[in-house]
Amino acid sequence: MVVLLVIVLVALVAAFVLAPFRSAEGVDVVYTEDPVLAELEARKQAKYREIRDTELDHAQGKLTEPEFKRQEAELKAEAIDLLKRIDAASPAAEGSRAPGAPAD
Amino acid sequence: MNALGAAALTAALLTSIYAGVAALIGARSGDRRWVDSSRRAFYALMGLMLVSVVCLEAAFLRSDFSLSLVANHSSTTTPTGYKLTAMWGSQAGSLMLWATVLSVAASSVLFATRHTHREVAPWATAVMAAIATFFLGLMMAGALFPSADTFPFLTLASPPPEGAGLTPLLRHPAMAIHPPMLYAGYVFFTVPFAFAIGALITRRLDASWIRSTRRYALIAWLFLTVGLALGARWSYSELGWGGYWAWDPVENAALMPWLTGTAFIHSIMIQERRGMLKTWNVSLIVATFVLSLLGTFLVRSGILQSIHAFGESKVGLPLLILIATVIIGSTILIISRLDDLRTERRFDSLLSRESMFLGNNLLLVGLALIVFWGTFFPLISELFTGQESSLAAPWFNRYTTPIAIGLLFLAGVGPLVAWRRVSLASVKRSLAIPLIAAVAVTGLLLLVGVDFEPLALALFFAAAFTITSVSQELWRGTSARRSLSGGSLPSAFASLISRNRRRYGGYIVHVGIAVMLIGVAASSSFQTSRDLRLQPGQEATVDEYTVKYDRAFTNLNTEEVSKEQKLAFGAVLSVWRDGEQVALLSPEREYYSGVAADPSAPIRSFFEGEATSEVGRTETASRDLWTAMQPDLSSFDALIDKGDSRYARFAATVPQNDPAAQAVLAQTQGELIRALGAEYEKQAPPADIRFNVNPFVLWLWVGVGISVLGALFALWPGAELRRRRVSDVYAARLARELSEV
Repeated sequence: MVVLLVIVLVALVAAFVLAPFRSAEGVDVVYTEDPVLAELEARKQAKYREIRDTELDHAQGKLTEPEFKRQEAELKAEAIDLLKRIDAASPAAEGSRAPGAPAD
Repeated sequence: MNALGAAALTAALLTSIYAGVAALIGARSGDRRWVDSSRRAFYALMGLMLVSVVCLEAAFLRSDFSLSLVANHSSTTTPTGYKLTAMWGSQAGSLMLWATVLSVAASSVLFATRHTHREVAPWATAVMAAIATFFLGLMMAGALFPSADTFPFLTLASPPPEGAGLTPLLRHPAMAIHPPMLYAGYVFFTVPFAFAIGALITRRLDASWIRSTRRYALIAWLFLTVGLALGARWSYSELGWGGYWAWDPVENAALMPWLTGTAFIHSIMIQERRGMLKTWNVSLIVATFVLSLLGTFLVRSGILQSIHAFGESKVGLPLLILIATVIIGSTILIISRLDDLRTERRFDSLLSRESMFLGNNLLLVGLALIVFWGTFFPLISELFTGQESSLAAPWFNRYTTPIAIGLLFLAGVGPLVAWRRVSLASVKRSLAIPLIAAVAVTGLLLLVGVDFEPLALALFFAAAFTITSVSQELWRGTSARRSLSGGSLPSAFASLISRNRRRYGGYIVHVGIAVMLIGVAASSSFQTSRDLRLQPGQEATVDEYTVKYDRAFTNLNTEEVSKEQKLAFGAVLSVWRDGEQVALLSPEREYYSGVAADPSAPIRSFFEGEATSEVGRTETASRDLWTAMQPDLSSFDALIDKGDSRYARFAATVPQNDPAAQAVLAQTQGELIRALGAEYEKQAPPADIRFNVNPFVLWLWVGVGISVLGALFALWPGAELRRRRVSDVYAARLARELSEV
């Protein structure tokens, strides 16, 4: 009885699990991101959060005006650098770049 | 249904093996079909585990004693609620719980990351599948070697007419939920661990694996917090020694991953923002996962004496091999990736939020190391001296209390210090109000003449500092928000905290921990505990309280006696202060008769089986009055023997297979028990009574509640949408600035 049930269950599982192999179109994993680009995007988000938090810290009196100005300038420079790297790494940029041109 | 459960478990093992193999092929070849197939295998594994659990629970509900597990851990008389929770009171059941929760957690994270992590996810899938295969393999090994007691669907050749029943100590609402909470805590840490290993293998050691799994770490932390609190609550109300934390090995085993997990939740923020502490973070999550396995090992191996352990078993060695494999494999992997783990930046200043986090991490890990040393000292001492000696609560308190004070103080300082670097003047300005408040509270406590231990006073100082610090942070944040976008104070407050749930959820947790430690400091410093021996009518004075033993009572609800095989003898105690009655407490001692008891001595069997305490307690904001009692029944021996002899004589005359006659026999047993109860109430023997005045214990539970709410607030979904909105604003601003560069 148990053996029969195991066979039935394994057959059901196999039908579900092996679906991606049944046809060339069967793969439902569509990666929406390039790992490098995804990491840069995530860093950009984190940088924006840092900028927002620094503004809040300043408004709350944790940072003096000179400290805030210095940090804000640093953060914005880092964010701009990230934006440039994202532009360089994005597929659109790759397409518009002349053949053989450097990425950055 | 048992056959279906066993079949589902067998299919689950095959499926988890396939998931691992398919994930490895997908990871190495880059063929997405294999990766997709392995992910689907985990969904199927979850379905199979749920089928198996439902079948096992159905067997418990049916009292199907053809299953060894049901026969050994339940009975027809076990209340329905406890029948459902009896599964994890057993070894095989708790292994099943591990595998089931893992299948749910893994399916959830694999679904959430199905479009991302094309390199890391297949390796993480393989790691999670390997762990699932280990636990399923342990269970299925029990089918081949029944003495291992790990296969939940093991059948008995001749099922007994009645089961052994659930261990009496586990018949408590907190204990019904405590084990699954702890296991869920342990298991959810598998997810960040698996992704960390995947990131190490693929050298994708940026913060993306952290971003995708940090919620799972927080869920694990939440489950562990609730599990620890429920265990403490159970200990406080069921064990009869008067405390909630005994530094017992199994308690410590759950505390250690909680400590390193807390450190991990803090330190990953530094990697996300600054690209620092990469080696530290992977090491922390490996340590947390290893400690989670160690927690399971300690409960199941019986290697250390514990009030919570389930005795010696055969899964200890395989678990130890798994732990050793994880430690050795992870260490080799981390060492081989040290170049990739190199930090992207250095700390700008000691006066920065990240430095505070690092300090908090060092203290948390230091605390975990102390607890580890104290927990395993019996084994260490035996190894080096040949004699086993253990370290008691005072040893733990001596070393852990100063560190806890330091941690609490940092929990208050951290929110006041900005990221990167700030000047000393800014820090001084931010710290001024919380420091003044802490000094004021401490001074007030000294002024009212409370005789504090220095460490307890320091704990109060740190708690006052942290609570004021978070309050100041919320007030200033709300004011800043209001000045930026206008509106009323409440709407500015709501806007502030809902825009950054993670930050403010964390601050709420800090307040919860501060409130909890106030409860711990007060209850441990000012507890009054006296052991009394009283008879009805007698009284004793404990500090400003007078405790009177008013009368004895029995809890002989015949339905309860037959359902739970339980008798309870108690004492009604009135507590007086300044001539006024302040409480009426009814502690009782409960006696359980198991099926292994001598059927010819049904009354004696109650007093030779397991006994538990049901404490009498009143809880107020300022203090708990707590009592436990144990009647000295030695003077009842003759009466019990007389009752059993009468029963035996009558039973000898009753036909075994006549249900009507057996009913009369059961009625006779009931009459004898009632007679015993009446005698107890009429001529109650002296009782040993422990009477405690425990100040501020309620605040311990309130603090846990606040922490749980804070963690739930941080976990609450919806942040993604807001993040995008914020991103759009900053992107537009930066785009303008970029055009000017």
